[in-house]
Amino acid sequence: MVQTLDYLKETASQTAGPYVHIGLTPNFTGIHGVYDRDLGSGPLYNDKTRGERITIKGRVIDGTGTPLRDALVEIWQADTDGFYNSPSETRGKADPNFLGWGRCPANMDSGEFTFETIKPGRVPFREKDPRLMAPHVTLWIVARGINIGLNTRMYFSDEAEANAEDPILKTIEHRVRVPTLIGQRDGDVVSFDIHLQGEKETIFFDI
Amino acid sequence: MSRNERPETGAFYARDRAWQPPALTPLYKTSVLRSPQKALLSLDGTKSEITGPVFGHNMLNELDNDLIVNYAKPGEMAIGERILVHGRVLDERGRGVAGALVEFWQANAGGRYRHKKETYLAPLDPNFGGFGRSITDEDGYYWFKTIKPGPYPWMNWVNDWRPAHIHFSVFGHGFAQRLITQMYFEGDPLIWKCPIVKTIPDEEAIRQLIAPLDMNSTIPMDMRAYKFDIVLRGRRSTFFENRKEGN
Repeated sequence: MVQTLDYLKETASQTAGPYVHIGLTPNFTGIHGVYDRDLGSGPLYNDKTRGERITIKGRVIDGTGTPLRDALVEIWQADTDGFYNSPSETRGKADPNFLGWGRCPANMDSGEFTFETIKPGRVPFREKDPRLMAPHVTLWIVARGINIGLNTRMYFSDEAEANAEDPILKTIEHRVRVPTLIGQRDGDVVSFDIHLQGEKETIFFDI
Repeated sequence: MSRNERPETGAFYARDRAWQPPALTPLYKTSVLRSPQKALLSLDGTKSEITGPVFGHNMLNELDNDLIVNYAKPGEMAIGERILVHGRVLDERGRGVAGALVEFWQANAGGRYRHKKETYLAPLDPNFGGFGRSITDEDGYYWFKTIKPGPYPWMNWVNDWRPAHIHFSVFGHGFAQRLITQMYFEGDPLIWKCPIVKTIPDEEAIRQLIAPLDMNSTIPMDMRAYKFDIVLRGRRSTFFENRKEGN
């Protein structure tokens, strides 16, 4: 016998279920008076936040083409200079007026989610690989029927040059799938539909 | 500065996808149309996954972790079995995760959720909202008071009933640690019949979701206790990460 490695195992994930709103966005489902406001709701910026204001709109779509009306999406992104507001950010101090995180339930009729945020700056790939990634927003999707949260990224259609040299986009073998990660920018609005399965299936990451 | 207060910047251990539930689990019907059919693309943590938001204790209201009273009218309480649920948020290295936001939600004692789309005939409890939150202390410890939720029927197969459960949502220190799960109660015979529980392929992984009765932590003449530890992904040492000669 050898020694045991003695690591714990990660707690197994379970679906967020159809009533995820009770816990994570109670005011959205009409339960008022406990939390002043739902965590992560409203614009991610305030008057002092630096950077270009944008709105991200999208839907999470199932294998029949039907939008999920009970999905919940969270985003995590860098500030306008490419710094994350996190203790694990080692390169510098992020904009103190930008948390970089938001949470939005899908609209119960249309299935649309919306984030009012800023366009993120470019972030280096790794400590030892300072190539810059193209501007991107990290998304995490949970819902009834999703057993473990799905991770994806949204890049920007107006960043063709940066996208072309992005160390992740560049290495995607099936080039035909790359557009599933590109949010389509029109004025201040960036549209990003997430397809859970089928021909247009979004690329999801094991991060 | 203690070890827990020193920010860590290493990448996370790879997630064990044979331990975690797969996306497609047809006995849980809704997963059929909501599961990706293509393989996940592997992405060893970049800054975007290693980092994550941190929430301060100052965001909490005094009653956020007392579901017995946080929605109740003044002087009243929710009806049901009074319980304390407590435990630690750890990582795979066994270290407490300090400052982790833990959010939880559940049905009332009769299995009824307070939600617009809920149609189960069991009545609402006017004094029970069914949700709360806490932030772990420096050792990774959290606790909340609530009533034990009832089992709940759902439209999956004709006669499916969820075991009593409490939903948990946890933030660690990196967005890659983000986790939603469910806690079950020791001894509930519905656990091993549930298609959602059985999305998890490994029995040991299921047992890790079952909170034991914890008589040491009961409050005599007041409430029983259940202990539920949550394990988030561990992370590689930054010492090795930064070493010039590599790992």
